[in-house]
Amino acid sequence: MTTKLETPAAGDPSRSGALAPPTATQPARPHSPASKRRMSSSLLTALTWIVGLLFFAPVLWMVMTAFKQESAAASNPPSFFFEPTLDQFRAVLDSGAGVYFANSMIATGVSTVLVIALGVPAAYALSIRPVKKTKDVLFFFISTKMLPVVAVIMPIYVIAGQIGALDNIWTLVVLYTAMNLPIAVWMMRSFFQEVPAEVLEAAEMDGAGLLKTLRIVLMPMVAPGLAATALICVIFAWNEFFFALNLTAATAPTVPVFLVSTMTSEGLFLAKLSAASVLASLPVVIAGWIAQKQLVRGLSMGAVK
Amino acid sequence: MATLVERHNVKQQQLRTHREQSKAEGWRRRAPLLPAVIFVVVVTQIPFLVTLWYSLRSWNLLRPDGNIFVGLGNYADIFTDSTFRGAALNSVIITVGCVLAAMVLGIVFALLLDRKFRGQGFIRTLMITPFLIMPVAGAMLWAVSMLDPSYGLVNWFIGLFGIPAVAWTSTFPMFSILIALVWQWTPFMMLLVLAGLQAQPKDVLEAAQMDGASWWQTFASVTLPQLRRYIELGLLLGAIYVVNTFDHIYLMTAGGPGTASANLPFYIYQRAFLGFDIGQAAAMGVVVVIGTIIIAVFALRLLFRSFDIKD
Repeated sequence: MTTKLETPAAGDPSRSGALAPPTATQPARPHSPASKRRMSSSLLTALTWIVGLLFFAPVLWMVMTAFKQESAAASNPPSFFFEPTLDQFRAVLDSGAGVYFANSMIATGVSTVLVIALGVPAAYALSIRPVKKTKDVLFFFISTKMLPVVAVIMPIYVIAGQIGALDNIWTLVVLYTAMNLPIAVWMMRSFFQEVPAEVLEAAEMDGAGLLKTLRIVLMPMVAPGLAATALICVIFAWNEFFFALNLTAATAPTVPVFLVSTMTSEGLFLAKLSAASVLASLPVVIAGWIAQKQLVRGLSMGAVK
Repeated sequence: MATLVERHNVKQQQLRTHREQSKAEGWRRRAPLLPAVIFVVVVTQIPFLVTLWYSLRSWNLLRPDGNIFVGLGNYADIFTDSTFRGAALNSVIITVGCVLAAMVLGIVFALLLDRKFRGQGFIRTLMITPFLIMPVAGAMLWAVSMLDPSYGLVNWFIGLFGIPAVAWTSTFPMFSILIALVWQWTPFMMLLVLAGLQAQPKDVLEAAQMDGASWWQTFASVTLPQLRRYIELGLLLGAIYVVNTFDHIYLMTAGGPGTASANLPFYIYQRAFLGFDIGQAAAMGVVVVIGTIIIAVFALRLLFRSFDIKD
């Protein structure tokens, strides 16, 4: 393993730069160091492809199963060649998935807007015109992320029951906002800190107020950061299962609850479950694929640039 | 004399207005922060205070008349509850096992991706996908399509090598859960380490190569120390999320067989929503929070150093 990995680092043109002569222009004799290096480099590329495809295989299998008939989905040995069908997707859409998707969109969309509306001013107060004890406030926000959700679910369930807020999508909106707000504050703070102080001084000299400064000067500068923050909030809210499972029933369940119900209520229909899983995952997968750069920064709450 | 007194008065006046001004300035600075802080306090801290209150009561929803104050009785029960201890151990195994395994795999994947080759962007996209799949879907994908004893892909694959079929989720419940979790969290670690690799100053690596250092020497003495900050951050943030794992256990093993694979979130959920034992479940929640705070104090020191936050 080590011998295989040793040489390509040196053969990688981006690493060795001008130090090594460009191997491509030299006619390499067999067994010359250059050709050996090139061979291990392509070996490493092949290894990377194999590892990547193997790691992705479960997803591919899920997508393939979604296009099968039930009999082909649960066959032993597994069927790799089959006539693709859209029957399962049709069955999912016919079984009332629309309500669940609508609920998920409300819970995800509204909570993300609320998180941005509350989180951006807070991040401003922690970076651009920092309040005293900024560290304590940041500590408070992140510590709420460390508190296990199970420690608060019982009062939330009992209180929601008493005020008639069980099985209500707005209860999830409130909870998802609180769940994502700390992450958003940390992320937006890291983006605000990159804004040069002179820009803000200039805005102040022109007599712009807080809201005007935020809107006209800061927002355009941190727009990519705002997109990254929103992406992370959307991912976590869309995928949240624990609150949705315990606090919703007939009217407010979200997509993850729908997935579980396809498995339990009608026995196991593997192909239909796979089709539902594909539909449920698609929005976040596509958003994440498009915004890969923002994903890193968001997942590290702004620490990794 | 009069002028002195006057001057003193003027100075006092100036001081006072200055103090008032700075007070007003302080509130002006704090105002944008307050809505967010108040919101989070109301939604997360107040329920926790209520949990504290519940934890001192013997309260089962099935017996509404039995809601009485029992002091620390619920806490005393926890320490004689061997299932709680088992769940606590499972929580540690799942969190530490998943985060470490995902980090090792993440580092390997990141090293593979951190070179120019045909299809680099495509393979990176494939590799981050497991993190983007809805966790509920991922858990069911592993429990059913991959690990099912009769038609799962894994048993078919090991069957090619003559290994007999294994009932993964019932024979090796913790291992099955860990596999699914590591699969989901490896891309997270990979992305952080990859960002760290790409932030490396290239001249240091070149200097190491000029000095004739082997790949492994360069990695161990130059790359790894520079990655340390990213690795610490990945382990910490990963642990914050993985310790709360619920979806995978609920869907893959339901904590079973028996309580063999229940972690603390799942066990407390069982006591609260299947046993309706609010008092007992609340006390367990409080114990978990206390444990978390002890660990978090150390973790946060690390985090603040990583983020370079000063007072």
